[in-house]
Amino acid sequence: MTTLPDTMPGLGRGFVALLRRDLLLAWRRPGDVLNPLVFFAIVATLFPLALGPETDLLRTIGPGVVWVAALLAALLSLNGLFLADHEDGSLEQLLLSAQPLPLLVLAKTCAHWLLSGLPLVVISPLIGLSYDLPADGLLALPATLLPGTASLSLVGATGAALTVGLSRGNALLGLLVLPLAMPILIFGARTVSLAAAGDTMAGGVYFLGAYCMLALTLAPFATAAALRISNE
Amino acid sequence: MWTFFHKLASPPHFYGLAGKFIPWFAAIGLPLVAYGTWAGLFIAPPDYQQGDAFRIIYVHVPAAYLSMLAYMVMAIAAGIGLIWRMKLAHAVAASAAPLGAWFTFLALATGSIWGRPMWGTWWEWGDPRLTSELILLFLYLGYMALRAAIDDGTKADRASAVLALVGAVNVPIIHFSVEWWSSLHQGPTLIREGGPAIAGDMLYPLLAMIFGFSFLFGALLLMRVKSEVLYRERRARWVRRLATESAGAA
Repeated sequence: MTTLPDTMPGLGRGFVALLRRDLLLAWRRPGDVLNPLVFFAIVATLFPLALGPETDLLRTIGPGVVWVAALLAALLSLNGLFLADHEDGSLEQLLLSAQPLPLLVLAKTCAHWLLSGLPLVVISPLIGLSYDLPADGLLALPATLLPGTASLSLVGATGAALTVGLSRGNALLGLLVLPLAMPILIFGARTVSLAAAGDTMAGGVYFLGAYCMLALTLAPFATAAALRISNE
Repeated sequence: MWTFFHKLASPPHFYGLAGKFIPWFAAIGLPLVAYGTWAGLFIAPPDYQQGDAFRIIYVHVPAAYLSMLAYMVMAIAAGIGLIWRMKLAHAVAASAAPLGAWFTFLALATGSIWGRPMWGTWWEWGDPRLTSELILLFLYLGYMALRAAIDDGTKADRASAVLALVGAVNVPIIHFSVEWWSSLHQGPTLIREGGPAIAGDMLYPLLAMIFGFSFLFGALLLMRVKSEVLYRERRARWVRRLATESAGAA
């Protein structure tokens, strides 16, 4: 019977190492992290400018606008999820590593969510405030965006893995991911609207949580399979 | 059974088999559609509420049903191709996608034409089934776009198969989430407790259309798979022999 050498890294080590690496890479280039956030704020600014400053109108469209802006910002940052690693060859090293690929993919997805999803969740009440949403709506925004952006990162990672290395992958990613993201958008925006109107938001948040759990269970495996295929 | 399965996976064998099935499918499907069209337009009585406008269901319902059936065919074939690395299954999935997209488009177009006199609008966002059908169309388009964007044949097969499976998991979720909106659409008429809520004169043409459309879909699918197989196997010896034989006969 052979024993594993002591130097054999455990499952958690690979996950943590990759997560740290991605966070560190982002920390060294803070501009890349800020881009989706600024994009999010700018898209949310476009709507009042285009539709006029009536408070009633803004209050009605606010939840939907914030959610659409979050969806687009997530899509924007998804393009780069595997791109840099694909270009410098480290993606192939990940594919060759002894660590299970779904776990590594999950680490990359976590890093992506921490860098592009979580900031949106944090500043979403501010955007909501500028749309004059009532307090319940302001609370519902981060409550729905938290599981919502996590699901977007997980599902979007599959799309990013399918399109990595394609010359026309940029526009294609939206075509692949946005239809899949529609349930998240429907429940997210609708729940915020209902909460702003004084209704309970538990149902929608539960649904988004359930969707997030389902995506957490299945998406890393689909993403890993897609990465293997696009790097064959 | 397994030998049958293995034989089916062989392109020349399938090519011959599909050629035998197509005339049968067409021979069953075409008369059914012809009867359904005639009976639907002339025999079925006008609806007491909707008048003659309801007759569009004879195209709308089969198209909507096939749009979902085609997605199932595509996803199952893609799964088989991905798991057992069966090239023929990928050819089936690739051939089913454009057909499914067209049926989806047909269902959307007839639905919106029907909606104009009934709801007073061409498009009703509040209707969940119309909206989920639109999302289904986007899923088809995404699948075809991904397949078109990848030059390498096997890679395109496998990548789009992953997408088809991810989409198949999402279709029920999309349907449910859109249903969560308020509904304007007619409730189910055919499949429900207590039997169909539709008069026989109206029902039989509809059933004929559904079965006729299904058989025609089968025939069209096999035709597309046949040409897809020919294209994919264009360098194989049996295809060359086929080509020289038909050239010699002509």
